Amino acid sequence: MGVGIEVINLNAWYGTNHSLQDINLNIPGNHATALIGPSGCGKSTFVRCLNRMHETNPVARVTGTVRIGDLDIYQDAKPVEIRRRVGMVFQRPNPFPTMSIYDNVAAGLKLNGYSNHRVLDEIVEKSLKNSALWDEVKDDLKKKSGASLSGGQQQRLCIARALAVDPEVLLMDEPASALDPVSTSKIEDLIFQLKSQYTIVIVTHNMQQAARVAEKTGFFLNGRMVEFDSTHKIFTNPSDKRTEDYITGRFG
Amino acid sequence: MGLGELRVKVERNRLRSFLREQTDRLVTGLAILATLLVVAPLVAIFVYLVFKGASSLNVSFFTQNPKPVGESGGGMANAIAGSGILLGIASLIGIPVGIGGGIFLAEFGRGTKLADAVRFTADVLNGVPSIVMGIAIYALIVVPQGHFSAFAGGVALGIMMIPTVCRTTEEMLLMVPHAVREAALALGVPNWRSVLSITVKTASPGIITGCMLAFARVAGETAPLIFTALGNTYWSTNLNREIAALPLQIWIYAQSPYDDWHRLAWAGALVLIILIVTAVSLVRYVTSRGVLKGAS
Repeated sequence: MGVGIEVINLNAWYGTNHSLQDINLNIPGNHATALIGPSGCGKSTFVRCLNRMHETNPVARVTGTVRIGDLDIYQDAKPVEIRRRVGMVFQRPNPFPTMSIYDNVAAGLKLNGYSNHRVLDEIVEKSLKNSALWDEVKDDLKKKSGASLSGGQQQRLCIARALAVDPEVLLMDEPASALDPVSTSKIEDLIFQLKSQYTIVIVTHNMQQAARVAEKTGFFLNGRMVEFDSTHKIFTNPSDKRTEDYITGRFG
Repeated sequence: MGLGELRVKVERNRLRSFLREQTDRLVTGLAILATLLVVAPLVAIFVYLVFKGASSLNVSFFTQNPKPVGESGGGMANAIAGSGILLGIASLIGIPVGIGGGIFLAEFGRGTKLADAVRFTADVLNGVPSIVMGIAIYALIVVPQGHFSAFAGGVALGIMMIPTVCRTTEEMLLMVPHAVREAALALGVPNWRSVLSITVKTASPGIITGCMLAFARVAGETAPLIFTALGNTYWSTNLNREIAALPLQIWIYAQSPYDDWHRLAWAGALVLIILIVTAVSLVRYVTSRGVLKGAS
């Protein structure tokens, strides 16, 4: 089940660049939350702070508190443990090119030492069904490489791969921006189904997409969170002038 | 625009497209010529070797040891076996150390002083003449042990493999997209595990090519063996004794004044090339069998 995320006074730097400043927000569990804002506003940095992926960049630094459920992720746990609880889907589909479809989905479990074949089979099937890819690939699971699929299928494969380790939170960093409209709508349908089981945070450039899939929306600008409210309110009656300017297309 | 002007314009366009086509032909022709120049020496060497050596190739070449001077016949069974053993030892040393060093350079030591030092050393080692390598191993292993040995020869060849394997491994690992590493880390896979199971695996076709290059290069080396393996006219598989090797045997036979030995040297050269090509193709075949449809 998805859990809520509480962010208190989060600041992030890349080198000397203060890319996130005093972020405070509560992301509700079992809902989809969208983050919008112009390029370079810090929304991708923000989601990378939620699973400590920004630490893979040696010049990055973070202060503040992030609680996922009861877990303070910067105090109580190691990055690898957090990343198993907080899955991530990237902007460009990135399946493991040398692995079969099956191995791609099972990768997270196998690489962490899990090897019960019967259980793995079940998890792979369940994850692929959850990501709406099962029917398209069930005959080639072990025959075809993950890289042989189309872009949209690859992205759903990456979602299945993230789901297979049974996370509580799913972070999606512009998951559909490299995809065609049909694949995009499949991903959106998927987000709609998945949010009953997981807490989803989705970064998007596409405001219609935010409006379609998310209950809550946050607007980021220049490293700060300008406004965080229900999606309906953000898009119909934002309280900040800058939010209004952005969603009406006056800048960004 | 007048009719005259239009005609001039059409003419000019026709001329341009004619020139474009001719340039295209010229460049394509040059590319084909360059390809032929690359392939020609290899084909020429191989044809010449077959021409000179094939007539001396028979079963006894592979089954018999060299005969004493004056007796005709004999073969290079001892040298073929010796080369196999020497290359086996060399691969056992050169491939693991080289790959390990390459992984360190690309993944764990990136940006550190130690990595710069290792990279510099590997490049220098790559440029060390092979005869110098032979003398170094002579001083380090042969002299303290008091005798020439297959082991010393294998070590000399193995050390010569290291820089090639190391640097190609590094290059190939750096070519693995950042997105693939991120994907593994985001699944909660520890970094060392991600490097070994994902990055190295993704880069493995290139790494294998690097190993094969290094293998093929040392397979034909004579100089580092002169002071280490020494050569042997008798059958020996003892790692502590001097051992024969194809390049050594070819070298000795080619210098001899006997026509019979010259023919055997040609046959030996042909066998050496065939063995290298076979070994490289075999490794490629075995490692490509597991590749999946559409894998990149």
